[in-house]
Amino acid sequence: MRRVSITVNGVEHEAMVEPRQLLVYFLREQLGLTGTNVGCDTTTCGACTILVNGKSAKSCTMLAIQCDGAEITTIEALAQDGAMHPLQKAFHETHALQCGYCTPGMIMAGLDLINSNGELSEDDIRTGLEGNLCRCTGYHNIVKAIQQASGEMRSPART
Amino acid sequence: MAQVAEKAQKYVGGGVLRKEDPELLTGRAQYIDDISMPGMLWIAIVRSPLAHATINSVDTSQASGMPGVKGVYSGADLAGEWADGLPCAWPVTEDIKLPKHWPVAKDKVRHAGDPVAVVVAETRAQAVDATEAVEVDYEPLDVVVDMEAALAPGATKVHDDFDDNSCYVWNLDVGDVDDVFNNAPVVVKERYRHPRLIPNAIEPRGVVCQPNIPQGEFIVYSATQVPHILKTMLALTVGVAEQKVRVIAPDVGGGFGSKLNVYAEEAICLAIGRKLGVPVKWIEERSEGYLATIHGRDVVQDMEVAADEDGKITGFRANLHADMGAYLQLVTPGIPILGAFLYHGVYDCQAYSFTCTGVFTNKTPTDAYRGAGRPEATYAVERIMDALARKVGKDPVEIRRLNFLEPFDEAREVITGLSFDSGNYGVSLDKALENFGYDDMRAEQKRRRDSGDTKQLGIGVSTYIEMCGLAPSQVLASLRYAAGGWDAATIRCHPTGKVTAITGTAPHGQGHVTSWSQIVADELGVPFEDVEVLHGDTAISPLGMDTYGSRSLSVGGVALHYAARKIVTKAKTIAAHELEVAEEDLEYDSGTFSVKGAPDKSKTVAEVAFSAWTAHNLPEGTEPGLEETHVFDPPNFTFPSGAHLCAVEVDTETGLTRVVKYVAVDDCGKIINSAIVEGQVHGGIAQGIAEAMYEEAVYDDNGVLMTSSMANYRVPSAAELPNFETDRTETPSTTNPLGVKGIGEAGTIASPPAVVNATIDALAPFGIDHIDKPVTPERVWAALQNAGGGSVEGRGTDTTAAGSGVGSADTPGGDA
Repeated sequence: MRRVSITVNGVEHEAMVEPRQLLVYFLREQLGLTGTNVGCDTTTCGACTILVNGKSAKSCTMLAIQCDGAEITTIEALAQDGAMHPLQKAFHETHALQCGYCTPGMIMAGLDLINSNGELSEDDIRTGLEGNLCRCTGYHNIVKAIQQASGEMRSPART
Repeated sequence: MAQVAEKAQKYVGGGVLRKEDPELLTGRAQYIDDISMPGMLWIAIVRSPLAHATINSVDTSQASGMPGVKGVYSGADLAGEWADGLPCAWPVTEDIKLPKHWPVAKDKVRHAGDPVAVVVAETRAQAVDATEAVEVDYEPLDVVVDMEAALAPGATKVHDDFDDNSCYVWNLDVGDVDDVFNNAPVVVKERYRHPRLIPNAIEPRGVVCQPNIPQGEFIVYSATQVPHILKTMLALTVGVAEQKVRVIAPDVGGGFGSKLNVYAEEAICLAIGRKLGVPVKWIEERSEGYLATIHGRDVVQDMEVAADEDGKITGFRANLHADMGAYLQLVTPGIPILGAFLYHGVYDCQAYSFTCTGVFTNKTPTDAYRGAGRPEATYAVERIMDALARKVGKDPVEIRRLNFLEPFDEAREVITGLSFDSGNYGVSLDKALENFGYDDMRAEQKRRRDSGDTKQLGIGVSTYIEMCGLAPSQVLASLRYAAGGWDAATIRCHPTGKVTAITGTAPHGQGHVTSWSQIVADELGVPFEDVEVLHGDTAISPLGMDTYGSRSLSVGGVALHYAARKIVTKAKTIAAHELEVAEEDLEYDSGTFSVKGAPDKSKTVAEVAFSAWTAHNLPEGTEPGLEETHVFDPPNFTFPSGAHLCAVEVDTETGLTRVVKYVAVDDCGKIINSAIVEGQVHGGIAQGIAEAMYEEAVYDDNGVLMTSSMANYRVPSAAELPNFETDRTETPSTTNPLGVKGIGEAGTIASPPAVVNATIDALAPFGIDHIDKPVTPERVWAALQNAGGGSVEGRGTDTTAAGSGVGSADTPGGDA
């Protein structure tokens, strides 16, 4: 067992973890943050996407010990004071989710995409989401949601 | 209780935002893997790496001593746990071969992934670790992977109890088929292959069993589409009295048919929970699921059409071979039969023949995958319509118009004996052509052809019909299906005016909570927000037949409508009594009963609910409370239809094919929620494009699944898919009072032939008239090379050539 200190959604956690413990199971089973889902075992589907130090990462392909000292953001941190984040709101308004299983990962990937880029074209979004699979929506409305949120998050009204 | 008698808002028809979303968006959903219980143990399954072998021995001793391990059980150890094998509920013929299918194999394994032992341990990792220490001594046997090889005389038998690997032969002939085909001036015959598909719901399967041993009760949580069917079948398989089993489907992360089953792991978790008396949990790993969760399609069709010189069709004849895999899961044999009546599409004909041979092979069982039988039928019909158009020199649009059934708004009997509920196929096609800009696209295509552009444009048409709203119980009986096709709903009006609706459907992404709330809110004149919809728990919703076959709205939603009518009927009796008028003197509109000619004298349903609860002043013979249940058995199927148009761009130098425009006009009858309908169409089209262009499960000759994980089975991402332009026409169904037809599978049914027809159309100048699905760059490139008489470096894909045999859809060695 190894001791790690990982800050998750602004709260620092000191914990003992097995060296082989995957980050996603540390989040889900040790911290009880079950919003991050596991959809595959080959780093393909992206359901487990979170932010590590602000950049999107697939938490099924990182060990918890790799994140010693890191800052992690998960889907649970996005809504503030009961109000949905603009990206969550856009997903809701454009019907960009059906079963919802890929949604947390899709939103975290979208968040990094918006934060890391300037204005996003449809192609930018489609390419940027290549690592996140959805089987329900055909992506049409997911692309629209990210376009909508991207515009809203950049608008000066939200500073 | 002051009530403002303002006109209630109407919710049905609009794109009301989903009630389901907030918890799903914020990470508060509860999927199966989110369930944890004190003292819970983990189950992991030891699976056969071999496709066919005798089990000589299973040595569990080393695994049993590993850290955290609480038990290791072989198939023989668990043999006493089963009251029966896993069920097949659809023995399609009287003489079908029904193999025993034990949840854990005892003496033989018949496909890679067949369970051979079960490990129980304190943690997920300990359970998985111990599976690797279970020593199984296998005696390998010859493997049959290919359907043709499986049917050859002397082939290795998948099941020793039977004479051969032919599972069943199912036939439907109408009219003088031989005469029509022998005398037709034009006959076109083609062979179509439907690759094996892996459903890939993004949530893997999983089960938690919570036993209450003193009471002999068990709660089984499962990521399932069919909690009600599962409850009955688990009781029979594991030998637990049905009233002691409660099945709960928590939030379920997609299904597409793959969670419409009764799986070994569900029986195993119940049996181990009973054996150990503590909660147990199993969560599927994705690559494990590729072997253990059912596959879809894997069908080869010989399809024929007979016509006159103008292309006016006289007959359709289809001969199918359908790969069952190694066992029959819940409805495996019935999947091709769901399409058996649709091999004439939306076209008229005088003679019809459908034959399907089910074949056992050493592969994962097939079963329902989105569309189930109907995508196969539609693909054959829509591909051969294009082939016929080429043969008689007509445009694909023209050949379809020539053969459409005339518009009808009352149910109409067609050649197979089915009654289509309503249809106007030309109007959907007209709208699709307009939205697509068909003439302009043809002009652009001509420009590129004339200039010898390396980016050729192809246009594909698909005018589909499907048969859904499963299903009239009497019809199911005639098809030898073991259960009914009804569904149920209960509406409970609380004394505070709020409403609970309980449904027998089991949503897993379809938004029933929202749509059902819209229906109830409009029928009872209550705010949308005041309606709660409960589902997916057999203790809360005891009556139901669950969600599959685009049935939920047209059966379960209609049951809800009738339950609401019953509420209104009872409430009217109470309202009349309270207002001291005759019932005939009351008018009902949007939740309010008012006295004719004296509209200020009125009662709302909410007010009546309170009166019914206090029961202080009820009419003679009226029971207190305002709660009604209705069970609806549909009198007919529903038949959604529509026209899909696809444009692809083919790079003739690389074979790379891209969808550049996709227009869909669907007719699913009346709409409850336009956003949800569009979402279903988008997702369906995406899955159909995936089937047409990307996905194929490939086995090698030893029965090893080569496309063994998500990393090498290509589920398309946003980067591969286009935007979709959706529209609709509305021809109300005559099957139910809501006029609804269903939309869950339409996109998947319509789109594969649209995409492949477009690809073939793009390649027409090269004399190419056939490429098998998926139309990968390699296949397109190889076809171009072969057509150009160039090198034959690419693997030949001319599956219609003499001697190519029936084969299997998943041609060994095909590109992955």
